Amino acid sequence: MGNPMKIRAAVADSVTEVKILMQHEMETGLRKDADGVLVPAWFIMEVKAQYQGRTVFEAQFAQSVSKNPYLVFRFKGGDAGEKITVSWVDNKGDSRSDEAMIAA
Amino acid sequence: MDTEINLLRRQVLKAGGSIGLLALFGAVGLLHSKVARAEWNKTAFAAKTMDEALGAMGVINAENNLIFIQLTVPEIAENGAVVPVKVVSKFQNVEQISILVDKNPNMLAANFIFPAGTESMVTTRVKMGQTGNIIALVKADGKFYRTAKEVKVTAGGCGG
Repeated sequence: MGNPMKIRAAVADSVTEVKILMQHEMETGLRKDADGVLVPAWFIMEVKAQYQGRTVFEAQFAQSVSKNPYLVFRFKGGDAGEKITVSWVDNKGDSRSDEAMIAA
Repeated sequence: MDTEINLLRRQVLKAGGSIGLLALFGAVGLLHSKVARAEWNKTAFAAKTMDEALGAMGVINAENNLIFIQLTVPEIAENGAVVPVKVVSKFQNVEQISILVDKNPNMLAANFIFPAGTESMVTTRVKMGQTGNIIALVKADGKFYRTAKEVKVTAGGCGG
């Protein structure tokens, strides 16, 4: 199981804004460590956000996304007090899923 | 319905190990979204030239559009490891927004998919190895549009 994400979701004027900060090294596979050895590529590949059983956002990442990926998106609807779930899977098959409550 | 999903979920989790997101969502019946699932495009993400990347994404022609695509990036990025990028698209029926970094060895940074009801905007951060262009590619109603902005990078961010 990957490291926990920070998720902040808030609804205003019937639009929910979701901000996510993931914890992941996002190695490009081009970096050399202190011994001069190439660190293998290791990065989140897919991110999915779901609200009440439907997908509200999807992202596909590769090596050029920064370490500790940051994402902001907005979707119509969303009720304060309801949960949003965000999940990711990386190229090694590791995954993470976290939820957050939508704030008013 | 709920009990079924919970039972399935428990079975899937019991199976243990690293289960890919697709498999996990498939097992709990969450793959039946209205959005045509776009697979992680290996060819596009591995492309070494812009033409290769665009070709792999099925882009025959991407019309330059400065008005319907707002691309916000810093003029100068002090830290190439974290360059903020915001794309807002005013087109109707936006299906996808992609971000490309033309001077990176891995040019296609990310694809974002927008189900109906999700606003066509996204903010994220990308790595830039050197000064170059960030390209926002928007797919709306089956057509592609693009805009680009240069970012000057003082300290490259690919760790090489």
